[in-house]
Amino acid sequence: MKELLTSFLSFLDPQWINLIWSLSQIAIVTVCLILTVVFLVYFERKVIGYMHARVGPNRVGPKGTLQSIADTIKLLLKEVIIPDKADRFFFLLSPLLLLIPALAAWAVVPFSPEFIIADINAGLLYLLALTSFGVYGVILAGWASNSKYAFLGSMRAAAQMVAYEIAMGFALVGVLMAGGSLKLGEIVAAQSGGVLSWFWIPLFPLFIVYFISGIAETNRHPFDLAEGEAEIVAGFHVEYSGIGFAIFFLAEYINMALISVLTSILFLGGWESFFAGISFLETSVFSFLTEPSLFWLLIKTLFFLFVFIWLRASFPRYRYDQLMSLGWKVLIPITILWIGVECVMYVMQIGPWSV
Amino acid sequence: MKIIQLIKKLTLIDFIKGFIVTLKAFFRRKVTVQYPEVKTPLSPRFRGKLALMRYDNGEERCIACKLCSAVCPAQAITIESEERSDGSRRTVKFDIDAFKCIYCGFCEEACPVDSIVETNIFEYHMTENQQRIQTKEMLLATGDQYRDQTIENKKKDSRYR
Repeated sequence: MKELLTSFLSFLDPQWINLIWSLSQIAIVTVCLILTVVFLVYFERKVIGYMHARVGPNRVGPKGTLQSIADTIKLLLKEVIIPDKADRFFFLLSPLLLLIPALAAWAVVPFSPEFIIADINAGLLYLLALTSFGVYGVILAGWASNSKYAFLGSMRAAAQMVAYEIAMGFALVGVLMAGGSLKLGEIVAAQSGGVLSWFWIPLFPLFIVYFISGIAETNRHPFDLAEGEAEIVAGFHVEYSGIGFAIFFLAEYINMALISVLTSILFLGGWESFFAGISFLETSVFSFLTEPSLFWLLIKTLFFLFVFIWLRASFPRYRYDQLMSLGWKVLIPITILWIGVECVMYVMQIGPWSV
Repeated sequence: MKIIQLIKKLTLIDFIKGFIVTLKAFFRRKVTVQYPEVKTPLSPRFRGKLALMRYDNGEERCIACKLCSAVCPAQAITIESEERSDGSRRTVKFDIDAFKCIYCGFCEEACPVDSIVETNIFEYHMTENQQRIQTKEMLLATGDQYRDQTIENKKKDSRYR
């Protein structure tokens, strides 16, 4: 695609071509993400409905597919109410503070070997920084609303996100040791060669811990203490209406997709095929099945998104002390332990990643 | 015991069990009824909108005995009566407050002349607050409108009374 652009705009300076290419990449990714969220809302309602032995939305459009578009239009047309005693500036800023990091984190996500917006060296570090940045939006939203419920919700969210950030960081350290690079592309490349050489086998505890803390990071069920509707109404976004609420929603779903795509990149070999490394397939007419492509990444991501929703349909919410003890007393020790195990394996030259 | 608990926790066995339960439900037959197009069958005993019935000659059944208003637990019925020129006692006012009514059916049970009945109608609405008061005329009109259906339902149920 870039070659096509270069030949088309050959009269321009290469710098300009790079700029146009980057901007178009950003536009593509952003539009695709918003469409993903539209799809996800429908997907979630449908899956949860099916798990409740209902049929889910089926009125708007064929099979209810336009339901989330109708919801979006409804939210956009609603009045934006700003509470009288709220801090107007931060009240309006905080949804953006949540949305911008959620979108910006996608800059380093490699969709395929060629398609990545910014292939920076410290990709993993950048991701860690940006995913933890989202907590500012949550805290500010709760504080600026000047409402007790919102404030309690944001306090809970802050404590939870900080606690699970640590487990998440340690899980990433394990991946970093195994992949030998902070570049996400190189981490995927280190996993090439079939299902058995993906990191999920040697790093299985870290894989589980990463996904669990990812769920906690996005404040999804069963860790959605921040918006426990039974005790604090809707948590930090209780005072938001219309477009402000829509942005919180958008950020939450984009974060969900981000965690899913990262789990598949870091532990399930990203764009690598499920059938790679099976020799009789590689030589036959089905060799296209073994080729790495965006399709495999999408399948894996979709699976994790399904697990997100599946969890929501299956389990009740954690109690607050259970949540904290899970984070501090279970997940963090497991990650530290497994990093130790990994060190030993690395030194003893056991395992697929040892050089 | 503690070690078994620990292994149970670390292997997430209970979580996997929960996941399997919901996954089974995912593939189960869905029980949703697409309401406005498809309706669930109603029992003849269904207690819906109240109505006043007439005799076959068109005379209203109600004799203003006020038993229904006495038995009504929500005190939703207001009755005023007068003596007609032929000496019979009839109501001049028979109001039911639809917001107070709890559709218990006691009035129907109490009525000595089978005047007040509960029809099968449950899909009705009002747009103004004042419309909650169902006057005698409205109740009689409802009775006329759903006469055949109501009589049929009462007949079906009569064997069990």
